[in-house]
Amino acid sequence: MRSVSRRAVLAGALGAFAGGCTGFATTGTTGMVFLSTQFRPVAEAERFRGVLARTVPDQVSYVTVEEGPFATQVRSQVDAGATRVGLLGGVHGDLAPLAGGYLEDVTAVADGLRDRGFSAEHLALAKVGTDRAWYVPWAQATFVLAAHADALQHLPPGADVDALSYDQFLDWAIAARRANGNRPVLGLPAGPKGLLHRFLQGYLLPSFTGGQITAFRSPEAVRAWQYLRELWANCAPASTTYDFMQEPLAAREVSIAWDHVVRLASAPERDPANWRMAPAPRGNAGLGYMAVVLGLAIPKGSTDPELAKKVIGAFSRPQAQADLLRANGFFPVLSGDLPDGLPPAITLQAAAVGRQRRAAGAILSLPPVGLGSREGEVTKAFKDSFRSIILDGADIQSTLDAQAKVLNGVLADLRTPCWAPDPPSPVCEVA
Amino acid sequence: MGAVRRFSGSPWLLLLPSIVLLVLLFGWPLAQGVLAAFRDGDGFTLAHWERLFGDPYFLRALRNTVLLIVIVVPVQLVLATGMALLTQARPRFLRTHFAIWCVPLAVSELAAGLVWLSIFTDRGYLNSLLVSLGLSENGVSWLGYQNTASMLFVVVVAEVWRATSLVFVILVAGVQVIPRDFDEAAQVFGASAWQRLWQVTIPLLTPSLRVALILRTILALQAFAVAQALTGRDFPLLVGETYQWYVNLQNPAVASAVALVVLVLSLGSAAFYLRAMRGQEAR
Repeated sequence: MRSVSRRAVLAGALGAFAGGCTGFATTGTTGMVFLSTQFRPVAEAERFRGVLARTVPDQVSYVTVEEGPFATQVRSQVDAGATRVGLLGGVHGDLAPLAGGYLEDVTAVADGLRDRGFSAEHLALAKVGTDRAWYVPWAQATFVLAAHADALQHLPPGADVDALSYDQFLDWAIAARRANGNRPVLGLPAGPKGLLHRFLQGYLLPSFTGGQITAFRSPEAVRAWQYLRELWANCAPASTTYDFMQEPLAAREVSIAWDHVVRLASAPERDPANWRMAPAPRGNAGLGYMAVVLGLAIPKGSTDPELAKKVIGAFSRPQAQADLLRANGFFPVLSGDLPDGLPPAITLQAAAVGRQRRAAGAILSLPPVGLGSREGEVTKAFKDSFRSIILDGADIQSTLDAQAKVLNGVLADLRTPCWAPDPPSPVCEVA
Repeated sequence: MGAVRRFSGSPWLLLLPSIVLLVLLFGWPLAQGVLAAFRDGDGFTLAHWERLFGDPYFLRALRNTVLLIVIVVPVQLVLATGMALLTQARPRFLRTHFAIWCVPLAVSELAAGLVWLSIFTDRGYLNSLLVSLGLSENGVSWLGYQNTASMLFVVVVAEVWRATSLVFVILVAGVQVIPRDFDEAAQVFGASAWQRLWQVTIPLLTPSLRVALILRTILALQAFAVAQALTGRDFPLLVGETYQWYVNLQNPAVASAVALVVLVLSLGSAAFYLRAMRGQEAR
């Protein structure tokens, strides 16, 4: 029942809000502090602490904190020359802005782990545009499609669910809606805590325009929004209340959905045989997909650099990577086969994730990088465009022009370089 | 106001601690909030206000907030007056009624919102009932983003349920201080029940009504947890926007601007009530 989940989410939001006010607890921590922006929900944090204890025998305290305070903590501690943290964990976007002044150069560590099988693109990403590595890849996640067997039978003729184009995806949604007594069966996570903005930033717009920010108001972007209008007409109207797609999927309110792998994991639990996970569709510019790469970094003046290196080394072993996958659903960053005995949902996802990454013409996007506390405002421009264009039926070009002005205002304040898939210009702005 | 124009230092000395405390805890943050809405790194600016008025949520939030007040406050006032007069009539089981009517006072805003959510959500109790009675095939999407009217209705229902008891408690206190002799005297002179209500009780209730109105309007301006729980961001309210800008977007300047709008509305409505109801008391 969705109401229960919304309840849980609201309670969680309140908890996070209350917790976010306090910085991080230094009471009761022993050994080295491992400060991280990841696995913040209590259950996930506890599971990760279990993984950590199995991976590294030493005393390491896993402390979670939100992205904004994370950056502030690290900067202020390093600036004051009183670093009280041994190891940092976060997504690429959390760590990249700290590279250089606030992180130790971990090139030697990364080179020592070269034979573990990191992908070249992840290692390149970890250099943050310099010639040295600033973090070591830790885990990754992405977003895929999930579909129930009921919906699969309505695929348009000649379409392969593992290689859909956006047009076929729309035809599929229309056919499935008609077969369901005109009630849409496609759901998108457009709820208050849903990740629909990542669909816009990493899937729809890059697939149509090849960029995320620079082509924000190009004619191709207008086409992308026109397409989304048609797609939305075939989405369940309750999509604006969906935060985690696994819930409406498991309740069979919808039978096709796009979401973050972690937020799809529990959908196929009851009858895995009837579910499919598939890569995202492909547009004219290519197959846009977004990867969330987690990394481990050592802050300047770490309390225990040796132990930090040891933890990094331990997490780059297939065993620990698989353990993390089982516990929290984040995928390994090592090439190589996944171990057996994984939950069925993860096995389904692994195939889709692999296909998505290896697809011809795949365009990798990152969540916005280097925006610190202003990331919310950049993402808001995408969310507001969605609200105005799709939900309120506003004119596309004028909405995009207005939101581009907002985006450029925020980006001009920050003067950050662009991130993938946009070309790395010195200052990012909407053309 | 025939004040005694003789300055003596002692009352000010006694008042000093509380004045200092008020200035530090209320005055200073208030001044900071006002300044934050008009300043950026380079001095005076209206950029935050431009941002706010260009935001697709702001005007909608303003409209929803005003609508909510215009609908909820009168409904609550009528209901609460009725309830207070009923308690005056001393029916049986008065204590039980009173206790039940006061239950919502003890329920937090968010919890109330979640209770109503379980009723009105797509697969909630109400739709289950409608479907089982055969009145609807798949239930009604009460909280669908495209049904602004039904969202407003649901938020109004939840707000009325939640906050009427506050008005009720104030009015009961007001009713209880009205001496019974007035009512009895009016009866002796042959006034009907209706006349007694309009000519005797209501005028004497005016001070309580005024307090209840001002309190309720200001609290209604601050309502947001109920709407947040029921509709997420599909039915934005001003205070919800303040929270959104401050917490989720980490932009204190625009958040201050929204908060100033709320402040102006609160002051404006309180001043309006005070002026409008002053005339009645004099009669």
